[in-house]
Amino acid sequence: MRAALGILPFALMVVLYLAASGARLAQNPDDKLLPSFGSFGEAVERMATEPSRRSGDYLLWTDTGASLRRLALGVGISALTGLVFGVLLGSIPYLRANLSPFVATVSMIPPMALLPILFIVFGLGEVSKVVLIIIGITPFIIRDLQQRVMELPGEQLTKAQTLGASSWQIILRVVLPQVLPRLIDAVRLTLGAAWLFLIAAEAIAATDGLGYRIFLVRRYLAMDVILPYVAWITLLAFLSDWLLRVASRRLFPWFGTHASDPR
Amino acid sequence: MSAIVFSNVWKEYGDQVVLERLNLSVQSGEFCTIVGASGCGKTTFLRMLLGEETPSRGSIELDGQPLPGEPGPDRGVVFQRYSVFPHLTVLQNVMLGLELKAAPLTGRLFGQSRRTAAASAADMLESVGLTPACDKYPSELSGGMQQRLALAQSLITKPRILLLDEPFGALDPGIRADMHELVLNLWQQTGLTVFMITHDLQEGFYLGTRLLVFDRVRTDAQALDSYGATVTYDLSIGTASSSTIDGIRKHVEQDVPRAMEAAAL
Repeated sequence: MRAALGILPFALMVVLYLAASGARLAQNPDDKLLPSFGSFGEAVERMATEPSRRSGDYLLWTDTGASLRRLALGVGISALTGLVFGVLLGSIPYLRANLSPFVATVSMIPPMALLPILFIVFGLGEVSKVVLIIIGITPFIIRDLQQRVMELPGEQLTKAQTLGASSWQIILRVVLPQVLPRLIDAVRLTLGAAWLFLIAAEAIAATDGLGYRIFLVRRYLAMDVILPYVAWITLLAFLSDWLLRVASRRLFPWFGTHASDPR
Repeated sequence: MSAIVFSNVWKEYGDQVVLERLNLSVQSGEFCTIVGASGCGKTTFLRMLLGEETPSRGSIELDGQPLPGEPGPDRGVVFQRYSVFPHLTVLQNVMLGLELKAAPLTGRLFGQSRRTAAASAADMLESVGLTPACDKYPSELSGGMQQRLALAQSLITKPRILLLDEPFGALDPGIRADMHELVLNLWQQTGLTVFMITHDLQEGFYLGTRLLVFDRVRTDAQALDSYGATVTYDLSIGTASSSTIDGIRKHVEQDVPRAMEAAAL
């Protein structure tokens, strides 16, 4: 029943699209704006199973591979940097006093405004696209994790000290393991932004990638390619979010309940 | 020989005097219960013993040496909540103290030494009755079981002093009675010095060998913060007459509304 209710808006959207598309195609069979589902199928088949006449690549897959590689690199490096700095800033007050205002300021810079600088510094290759993602989401992850570390109850830290823990051991055995599932949460929240920066960078300067393709075929009004690509990107984003959620539940079964409140 | 000596200890936060003229000496192996109205410095007293607070004046000595200025493995603690680590299983929670001691760099043990640590942790869990819950996470335990775990976790490193800050305050009366029995048993087996804060006078009289009552002896109605609390009754339990006990009960219960008034100001 719940699933049926959830599907209803999707079904409505499809019906609306089919009606509008049918009406336009009835007036002009060559209409490109709202193509039929049949021409979507042809376009997807062409992109996915026929080698490109220019490069010999299967475009959908090379585009997907290129985009996912950039995204994984950018998000992975951001998550690692965010984890290291978030834990350090959250655990060590001196460091926090030193660096927190800086991180807060950097996170206010609109990353897209830096893109021209990145192109100048790193060239038009892969690096500038990955760096844009990193600049875009790392400050958020750092600030989020710093906050999560500071939210750990003080009693836990005192307790660890009475068990003989040094500051290093507290970070290693108490703070870090409790922050990891929160890192996954932070990454899930930033994935949307990461896709945004990726597609923006690809649209401006790239030779492959999902964002590049959409902006390229826009010149030919090729809605039969653009719309399936958008759906594909949405599916990839949904899947990566789902994977992270499942991984979090598998890896950190203790997380998600207020574990230390006596009931 | 005396284990812990407070000599004329004061604790002040700016103009606010929390504790004043505190003189106390506690023998090794005593079980002190601490009662008093809210805001009478009981927790401050415990935090000073823990090393989280230092006295503004006076000194605290442990076996003739100044008390270390930060929490350490010679003083175990159980709080009312947040005493166990949610990301470790019951067994891992108890093993943690052993692992931290043996492996300064990684905080983890491997191979044979890990099995040895796990075995002594399992013994400790047996003595608090948590063996069936070995592989559970704290969130899967009831409040009483979590406090049992917290006790086991503290005792595995063999501290000399155990500090309990209202450890059973959040538990049901029936479970509380079980916990009393457990704490008394553990205390008798280990010969620890125990300090326990409680709101429950009955608990204060029933457990322990010595009852400390914290209260303000001087008050200024215009400036309630200008005088601190100190130990007003220091009783060996079992020797006090019933009229003294009634007196204390009246005292502490009167003080609760007074302290709340002070908080409202």
